[in-house]
Amino acid sequence: MRKIVKYVVIDILRNRIMIAYAILLLLLSLSLYALEDNTAKAMLDLLNIVLIIVPLVSLLFSVIYIYNSAEFLELLVSQPLKRGMIWLSIFYGLVLSLCLTFLLGVGLPVLFFDLSATAAMLVLTGLFLTVIFIAIAMLAAVKVRDKAKGIGIAILLWIYFTVLFDGLVLFLLFQFADYPVEKPMVAISMFNPVDIGRIMILLRMDESALMGYTGAIFRNFFGTGTGVVISFFVLLLWVFIPAMLSVRKFKNKDL
Amino acid sequence: MIIATNVSKEFGKFSALTDVSFTCSKGECIALIGPNGSGKTTLIKSILGMAVCNQGFITFNGHNIKHDCNYRNQIGYMPQIGRYPDNMTIRQLFSMMKDIRQRWTNRLDVELVEKFGLVPLMHKRMRTLSGGTRQKVSAALAFMFTPEVLILDEPTAGLDPLSAEILKEKIATVHQQGKLVLITSHILSELDELVTQVIYMQEGRLLFHKTISQLREDTGQLKLSKAIASVMRKETAI
Repeated sequence: MRKIVKYVVIDILRNRIMIAYAILLLLLSLSLYALEDNTAKAMLDLLNIVLIIVPLVSLLFSVIYIYNSAEFLELLVSQPLKRGMIWLSIFYGLVLSLCLTFLLGVGLPVLFFDLSATAAMLVLTGLFLTVIFIAIAMLAAVKVRDKAKGIGIAILLWIYFTVLFDGLVLFLLFQFADYPVEKPMVAISMFNPVDIGRIMILLRMDESALMGYTGAIFRNFFGTGTGVVISFFVLLLWVFIPAMLSVRKFKNKDL
Repeated sequence: MIIATNVSKEFGKFSALTDVSFTCSKGECIALIGPNGSGKTTLIKSILGMAVCNQGFITFNGHNIKHDCNYRNQIGYMPQIGRYPDNMTIRQLFSMMKDIRQRWTNRLDVELVEKFGLVPLMHKRMRTLSGGTRQKVSAALAFMFTPEVLILDEPTAGLDPLSAEILKEKIATVHQQGKLVLITSHILSELDELVTQVIYMQEGRLLFHKTISQLREDTGQLKLSKAIASVMRKETAI
């Protein structure tokens, strides 16, 4: 298993898109920290960028990578290797290389400019989002046979998680404006890993004071130790459920 | 060695294999023959576990292949169209396959690598290779780990006459060593000197499984190609 992971990682890290992704993240975080005097403000900008770019790159790159390694998968399946192991090796390979790139692009500048607990949380959230969206991409790629369709679905999923979901939440908020919806909102936000990450970090910053009553409710939940533990547990579920479903599907797939 | 029992495989509504059963044993050289789309490749993929059959089961040395993947150590497979990771060089591909299979076999058979002249091409990436060279790589890989069973899907398609001759010689040698060889091919004349048995498939069904001498007796034809042609004519007449 380790050997296949090694081949996958070497193959991905040589990929030009991975190098471009690392440089893009590095440039963004370096310039943000260099331009802003206030590190907290720089981090807020960085957060917004990370929450949009990381899911997009993780989803699209993984989906395309899996479709492009169809031959590789075919070759491995005809060898004395367990199917679940093959699929997990690809998963670990993607996770390792994308997380490494993210650490290089965001982790390194953060380490230099802003060594705080909140910054560490930002890096951790970015890593989580990377893994989650790789898992979701693997599920999408194993379910859909056609490459163009698979990539389309990946883009739709990204739009859903970064744009549509927030729109839906806003819509619900307005519809039920007369009722106390603050507490259900906490539960609803669990259905989007991007939101969990955003809220967790926002509440650690001073800007959360601007969020009014909802912010206070959120702080009551996400601000406490148990709240953070529960949120991370939910993020873990977001990794495991799609990953396990995709392994199960791959075990019975015809190649 | 390989026993298939009532194997059926459907892709959506299309049924690729219907109720196929057969038995192959050591030392046989079996030709899988049938028109295009008759399910030969699907059958081979089912044996290799690349396609999961909907009904029935296949056993290898008495073990159901569904539960254990280790039987594939004993199979060398040469696909119809060899598709490999584009960015890998031939050397990397070989070393990866050795990594995967080395702990099972210590004896490596690199005769085909040398005879096909692949040694000077070792540094080339798979994507830059011609179709024929890729076929040579597939063939070399199939024979490299001295497997007990060889499954060759259209082995000589795309090979130049000289290489095809080298490959046929190699097949004949391993057959004489008492290994089981399964070949599909459309070029019947080249199977004449190799095979001992024939499995004929049509529209996903196994029509017959006979030894070649019996087939000759039944059809009254000496050449395999003529014998099969007469069978096919009879089938279409019905």
